[in-house]
Amino acid sequence: MTTTQANRIQLALPKCPTGIQGLDEITHGGLPKGRPTLVCGSAGSGKTLLAMEFLVRGAQQYKESGVFVSFEESEKELMDNVISLGWDLKDLIDQKKLLIDQIYIEPSEIKETGEYDLEGLFVRLGHAIQSLNAKRVALDTLEALFGGFTNELIMRTELRRLFRWLKDKEVTAVITGEPGDGNLTRYGIEEYVSDCVIVVDHRVKEQIGTRRLRVVKYRGSTHGTNEYPFLIGEQGLSVLPITSLGLEYKVTTERVSTGISRLDTMLGGQGYYRGSSILASGTPGTGKSTLATSFVHAACQRGERCLYFALEEAKTQLIRNMRSIGIDLEPWVKSGLLRFHAERATSSGLEMYLITIRTLLDEFKPQIVVFDPMSNLISVGTGEEIKSVLARVIDYLKIKGITALFTNLTHAGGPLETTETAVSSLMDTWILLRDIESGGERNRGIYILKSRGMAHSNQIREFLLTDKGVDLLDVYLGPREVLTGTARATRVAEEKADRLRRQQEIERRQHELERKRAAMEAQVAALRAEFEAEEEEVEKILAEAKMREEVLEENQKRMGDMRKTDE
Amino acid sequence: MKKKKIEPKDTVEAFERAVKESDSQLYVLRLYVTGATVRSMCAIENIRRICKEYLQGRYDLEVIDIYQYPKLARGEQIVALPTLIKKLPLPLRRLVGDLSDTEKVLFGLGL
Repeated sequence: MTTTQANRIQLALPKCPTGIQGLDEITHGGLPKGRPTLVCGSAGSGKTLLAMEFLVRGAQQYKESGVFVSFEESEKELMDNVISLGWDLKDLIDQKKLLIDQIYIEPSEIKETGEYDLEGLFVRLGHAIQSLNAKRVALDTLEALFGGFTNELIMRTELRRLFRWLKDKEVTAVITGEPGDGNLTRYGIEEYVSDCVIVVDHRVKEQIGTRRLRVVKYRGSTHGTNEYPFLIGEQGLSVLPITSLGLEYKVTTERVSTGISRLDTMLGGQGYYRGSSILASGTPGTGKSTLATSFVHAACQRGERCLYFALEEAKTQLIRNMRSIGIDLEPWVKSGLLRFHAERATSSGLEMYLITIRTLLDEFKPQIVVFDPMSNLISVGTGEEIKSVLARVIDYLKIKGITALFTNLTHAGGPLETTETAVSSLMDTWILLRDIESGGERNRGIYILKSRGMAHSNQIREFLLTDKGVDLLDVYLGPREVLTGTARATRVAEEKADRLRRQQEIERRQHELERKRAAMEAQVAALRAEFEAEEEEVEKILAEAKMREEVLEENQKRMGDMRKTDE
Repeated sequence: MKKKKIEPKDTVEAFERAVKESDSQLYVLRLYVTGATVRSMCAIENIRRICKEYLQGRYDLEVIDIYQYPKLARGEQIVALPTLIKKLPLPLRRLVGDLSDTEKVLFGLGL
């Protein structure tokens, strides 16, 4: 949200900041100022705390004193409940910044004997507001009134009057209510409080509880409409620990090495983008953690700070295992460049885990973060919950410019190119590690499914774990199949033999030809010799014949001379 | 065994004493109203009538305007008005409303 937008909203509807972490972001500034807000939720959903925090923050941060009207808990109980959050209510009360009025209604003591109204409540509240010059009021749980009195008609009329009256007093009020069947509240208080309604609940799914908050309605203002997880931490309520409402973050073209030189080559020669999110998914034992630790190892060698969230393995075990492939992480841990946080997400629930993530990120300020494996979160929430949470984690990391590598375990037999949490769209680079099964053995293959904004190889490489780290090898790309491991080696040997055989064949043929040529030439020479001999003979005969002719002619002439012929 | 025999005797005695005393017990009543509204006037009139009729000589009734003493509303746990609080005899009872339903008022006061 830009400032001008914020200003416009500010002009349109004055808001009263709650001071509760995250809530003011969702409501774009706070609760409607001078109007009542209904917070409904079942027992244990945190609505009383929300109401109390609204007053405490008001008193501490915004210099607005508040009146807390409790229909259920006594002043002392309330004080004790929040002392663990570091809120000293007694101090605030002494400073006249807070007043707690317990309205105690014991139905067995009350008999209705005719017409009445709730003027007593108004008088008390009015007196309290006046004495403190209070700007904030909390009524918890107003519905308890309905339990004390039987005449619902009177109650409803009086409630309407109360809300009107609160508006006239220009106090910002938080009213809590219990949910009912089909209604937001058991007695339908939402009918009267129509400016802002917030629903909180505490759902337990597969034995893990998650608190959630949703702004159902906010008259005259925009607001986040999602259900946001929130938690009750050491500093009170915290809605959606990771706040991100926009996709505005700086990107760099800086690249970071993957720690595996051939993988860098596959990724356009330089590795991942700094600040991007990388997903490495694969079936069990395909080398996801190895890929992650190679990345961390390389980063530490460059002197960068790395935070490793190990969700399934203990730190010591990881270090031991990685040592077997020549990656020694111990020195980095010792020098403080690398920190492990090994905890199952299930041990605390998704929301607590999130706050842990954020706290650690803020505290350690890493450049590289690894979540290994991200899929462990699935045991804590449903796909959608995790997706929304991860989206926020990723956005938070991106805002901070942290490069994050998430590993994801896909189950053998399941579709490979999916993540159970469907978060692949949030990732910039997706590396798939897979088993290639052939010839009675399994081998690891690696390829890049996608990598935004860079030219990347489309080749499958064999992923080899050697005692000197990770190595990538070309796989055998035959006409019909992809071969790895021994099959690849065998095929390579076969090819070599084939080549040799072909070479020999060619040589043999050449030799043959040579021989044939020699034979032919010999033949030609013999023929020529024969011909020459014949030619010589013929010429000789011809010469003899010619000579004979000449001799004959000579003889005849001589004979003619001798006869003295007269012709 | 001896004790058990005595106990019922005691209970009976206690009960009889209570019945006797109920006729002579002092009623401490506080009526909280909101100024001089119709409903307030109505409540005051009603309780005066009932007291005269049923608690002659053994009641202590005080009418308090909550607008003048708003602090009392907190101390006395007043929510609805008018409210009649029966402080004595115990148990404490709050009678809410203009006290027009005499039967309910008498029941509420334990009469």
